[in-house]
Amino acid sequence: MTVQGAVLRALRKPRGSARQGFGTTSRRDNWVVFPVVQALVFTLCAGYLTFSGIFWEPILPTGYRWDGYLSPLFSPLIVWKDMPTWLSPGLLILWIPIGFRATCYYYRKAYYRFYFADPPGCAVGEPTMHRRFALENALPFVLQNLHRYLLYLAFIPLTFLWLDIIPAFIAPAGEAGVTDPGLRIGIGGLLFLVNVTLLTGYSLSCHSLRHLVGGRIDCFSCTRARRVRYTLWQRLTDLNRSHMWWAWASLITVTLADIYVRLLVLGVITDQAIHFNL
Amino acid sequence: MIETRPPAEVPARAEALPGAAIDEARASSVAKLRVFRGEPGTPSRYDEFDVPVEEGMVVLDALHWIQGNGAPDLAVRWNCKAAKCGSCGAEVNGRPSLTCKTRLSDFDLDEPITVEPMRTFPLVRDLVTDVSWNYEVNRSIEPFSPPADVPQSDWRWQQEDIERVQEFRKCIECFLCQDVCHVLRNHETERPFMGPRFLVRAAGLEMHPIDQADRRPYLKDVGGVGYCNITKCCTEVCPEHIKITDNAIIPLKERVADEFYDPIQWAWRKLRGRSDSAPDRRSLPVLQAGRQAEPSIEPTPERLARAVGEDSPVAEPMHAAAPTTSTPAAEPTPAAERTDAGKVAKAARATAGPRAKRARRRPDTGDETPSEG
Amino acid sequence: MVGGKLLNNARMAELHAREAPDRVRELEAWGAVFDRTRDGRILQRPFGGHSHPRLAHVGDRTGLEMIRTLQDRAVAAGVDVFMECTITRLITGADGVVGAFGYWRTTGGPVVFPAKTVVLATGGIGKAYTVTSNSWEYSGDGHALAYSVGADLIDMEFVQFHPTGMVWPPGVRGLLVTEAVRGEGGILRNKDGERFMSRYLPEDRRGEYASTDEEAARWVTAQSEGRVTDARRPPELSTRDNVSRAIYTEVREGRGSPHGGVFLDISYLPPEHVRRKLPSMYDQFKELADVDITTGPMEVGPTTHYVMGGVRVDAETGASTVPGLYAAGEVAGGMHGANRLGGNSLSDLLVFGQRTGAAAAAAATSVAGWKKAPYLDPVQVRDAGRELSAPLEQGSGEDPYALQRDLQDVMQRLVGIFRVEADLQEATSELSRLKARWPAVGVRGGRTFNPGWNLVFELRNLLVVSEAITRSALQRTESRGAHSRIDHPETDQAGWGGRNSVVRRRPDGSMEVTTTALPEMSDELRLLLGGAH
Ligand SMILES: Cc1cc2nc3c(=O)[nH]c(=O)nc-3n(C[C@H](O)[C@H](O)[C@H](O)COP(=O)(O)OP(=O)(O)OC[C@H]3O[C@@H](n4cnc5c(N)ncnc54)[C@H](O)[C@@H]3O)c2cc1C
Ligand code: FES
Repeated sequence: MTVQGAVLRALRKPRGSARQGFGTTSRRDNWVVFPVVQALVFTLCAGYLTFSGIFWEPILPTGYRWDGYLSPLFSPLIVWKDMPTWLSPGLLILWIPIGFRATCYYYRKAYYRFYFADPPGCAVGEPTMHRRFALENALPFVLQNLHRYLLYLAFIPLTFLWLDIIPAFIAPAGEAGVTDPGLRIGIGGLLFLVNVTLLTGYSLSCHSLRHLVGGRIDCFSCTRARRVRYTLWQRLTDLNRSHMWWAWASLITVTLADIYVRLLVLGVITDQAIHFNL
Repeated sequence: MIETRPPAEVPARAEALPGAAIDEARASSVAKLRVFRGEPGTPSRYDEFDVPVEEGMVVLDALHWIQGNGAPDLAVRWNCKAAKCGSCGAEVNGRPSLTCKTRLSDFDLDEPITVEPMRTFPLVRDLVTDVSWNYEVNRSIEPFSPPADVPQSDWRWQQEDIERVQEFRKCIECFLCQDVCHVLRNHETERPFMGPRFLVRAAGLEMHPIDQADRRPYLKDVGGVGYCNITKCCTEVCPEHIKITDNAIIPLKERVADEFYDPIQWAWRKLRGRSDSAPDRRSLPVLQAGRQAEPSIEPTPERLARAVGEDSPVAEPMHAAAPTTSTPAAEPTPAAERTDAGKVAKAARATAGPRAKRARRRPDTGDETPSEG
Repeated sequence: MVGGKLLNNARMAELHAREAPDRVRELEAWGAVFDRTRDGRILQRPFGGHSHPRLAHVGDRTGLEMIRTLQDRAVAAGVDVFMECTITRLITGADGVVGAFGYWRTTGGPVVFPAKTVVLATGGIGKAYTVTSNSWEYSGDGHALAYSVGADLIDMEFVQFHPTGMVWPPGVRGLLVTEAVRGEGGILRNKDGERFMSRYLPEDRRGEYASTDEEAARWVTAQSEGRVTDARRPPELSTRDNVSRAIYTEVREGRGSPHGGVFLDISYLPPEHVRRKLPSMYDQFKELADVDITTGPMEVGPTTHYVMGGVRVDAETGASTVPGLYAAGEVAGGMHGANRLGGNSLSDLLVFGQRTGAAAAAAATSVAGWKKAPYLDPVQVRDAGRELSAPLEQGSGEDPYALQRDLQDVMQRLVGIFRVEADLQEATSELSRLKARWPAVGVRGGRTFNPGWNLVFELRNLLVVSEAITRSALQRTESRGAHSRIDHPETDQAGWGGRNSVVRRRPDGSMEVTTTALPEMSDELRLLLGGAH
């Protein structure tokens, strides 16, 4: 048989006996629990972050900066004189991490499952209405292929978040007991440090990065440059194994970091810190 | 020249070893199996069987017990009973699994265990399905294509160049990944979709260090790599623990993106012009001019003499470090103690001491130990 | 030759040695991905009895790599493959075999293949025994088909018992525990903790094995570092036949492990080392027996593994003694003599598979008008069809599963590792009783994928093979390689050294068991072997 013939036959999908319909399955374990819990945590975090980064300021301008702590959602901070009030500076930045995470191979897995029920679980029937979805073959989901561009962009705010660590560890003058600017080790600074580390881990463990650094190469040992890339690729592969872990951990710390700054601003809590005069 | 040491006194009868047959009296409990029965065109049903459970029993053992005790015509496909041949796939309590490595002790025996055929494929009878569709898909993939103008004797590549490919080649073609894949199971696609198994196969060819074919257009338009929405069920069921999604499918998606969805790379290719001529020898994993081929080891007279003198077929270890090349065997270095080998040495020495006399008994309480799911 | 106790077909051994490298390179050219050396070539390693590291391999799954490569190649070449089609009869004409009759397992429908030449490649006979490392397909189909059309079978008494099969849990009894465990330093102990293998070393070879545990440990260390050593190998690395006999004797004399085996311990080595060197054994014990081999010993015992005997073939072409019928692989005899060395089967398949295929194709296309299908005798086809339907029409009758259990029990009990005349005599009469029960076998159910029905024809074949093994074993009144007679413990070089046993079907249907002289050895080989002999 020719290859074309094989293609044609392959085109007709096997006619199996799987029962169709949302949730039909012979599984006896509690497959519902996991996606539901995931959906809850994710929706909470993502919902809060969107609100805080985009709507909070225009609706209720309370502020997102407190004594050297800048909420990670607003970094790098872009403001100008006649900035319209409906425009939160967060919006100018937030589309990058949102886009990066929305096209992330891990989050795709998670939300296709829990938001789209496509599929709701392994070997669990899905709503018959998406039987004909073209998935990532057509718009809109074909755009997931642009993940690498969002990765490039994601390194911009990430760089600024590292720079933000500096003011976070410098005590502003005038604070109780501080005469000159000195070193401040506060809960906020530590939270920022953990957060940016996790975000870096998340970005470096990206599947696209792994591909661009070494995955595209067929022969690792052929040239000296490729050997170097192979070594890097191995490191990234190690990180990539726990991409899911980085994704959740960094999502939660970003949320916590923003909440922390907001609470400081609102005066609900105070930053616990140790000060060193330099 | 024969190595025979008969038992001390010559008995008139050689005795059989005890315990050769499965002893039902030893069975500790009973499992209730609900087994799918049916053929296309007739209404299907679930037959229930009470199967005596012995320690270590797997679902396939239970199915065999059923065949030998009441339903001799129960159709089950199997072969190796060692999770090596991939023929015994079925859905056990809804989870696509190899029945020969699914332990009964993993289940709550108070509830019935449901065994069904792989639902994505057409039913033949009972637990047997027709998986021939997969072989058609396989045919449509462009085969291994090494460069025509490099003699095979010049091929040279390193272990690290093939480690990815070797992972994919662990596949035993059980088709559980195809079975669980919701695109094949639940969707009606307009274009073909080859399924995880064949994305793995295509990845094994695409990443082969010397393969020259470009299967990316095929993967996009015929293989349907875009249908995969990376929900990882295939990885979850793979009995060979191949990281199907992370190591095969996503890299393929990225390669397809390089070619079709990356405007910068596209512009760069336009700018540089793509060469359709034969690949540069320097970029291939082949012997480069200037580097000399190492002398190969032909059997020398001494070797032959040794071969012949060494009468006994004795196992030597399957040793990776076996000297295949003319490089002298590694000298023991002082660092050896710190390495793995050093630890082996230490451990081996330890057995030589009084500890060596100890016999360890395996605890017989394996039942509660959960094996992985 | 030496490993096969000089009973091998010398020409086959020579061809095997000469052509295996080409076959391996061919596999690589078809996409096989072998492990590599540091300078980028195919890595080779030694197995039991190899004086040169010669096994190209892929971790511990070389066979799978071969299967996949050949499958891909067959797909690319457009070879027709008929899956799940069981051949139950060969059809003969005036000039030998002209076709085959069988049925599709998935539908139960009969099928005939007219063919100028037929190549048997059906594997071994392990299912004649209760405890075996083989799959259910190893029912001696090819052996029996060849026998049924009058072809010679040789060396059938030589059945290899691998010393280390799993013994517990019952469901996996017999499953192979690779020789590599002992190669990596695995220690065999009986229930008293005694390292018993040193007691079983043959006197004349004792000098080759470590005399103390300390020396054995030094050898293991050196091996794991890839270093040459003056230490001698551990006693566990004696030949397969010898280790099997030792384990058997320990168990029989009451020093076995709780489940009727002995302990094989590698857990004294660092866990990560064991996991890296023996990944599939680690998984196998972990998943199937709940035993962590890095922390505790395995229980192992002998298991039926391979049959050295098989269809008598011409070394160059694989042609059997019946025109039109060829055989290659485990079903063919002669290549391995009285004992097979580890790793030699896969290379045997490649070398003689290629030779036999080419010769059979050449023979089939050599006659004028070869494209015309040969004439098949309708009487034979009809009879084959009737035989096929009989058990279903019988409906209830003798239960095939019960018959199989009884057959396996006879072979396991009476024709095992140690043989003795009384046992073999009893086995012969038991087998004829079982044979008489066979025609009454009946199965329920329909034709589609009916395993009970399939078993009926496997039983027919197993009965033939079992009789051949038993009667050949009875005939060879010496011990050699895998064949150990308690009543004839010596190797009788003068009487039996130059003789292969032969089994063939007489025209009246009864089994003839005789011997034949070993094929002539080339002068070159004789010269080489001069030293050993
Ligand atoms: C657990 C295990 C480990 C082994 N390890 C090694 C090793 O490391 N190295 C080594 O060299 N050897 C090893 N061997 C031995 C080696 O694998 C076999 O000897 C070899 O595979 C036999 O190959 P074959 O082509 O002759 O038969 P097989 O590969 O067994 O093929 C026989 C085929 O014939 C088909 N068939 C049988 N009867 C019929 C019929 N009536 N009609 C139609 N089709 C039929 C079967 O379906 C099967 O596909 C091992 C064997 C086992 C069991
Ligand atoms: S029987 Fe071979 S994988 Fe289960």
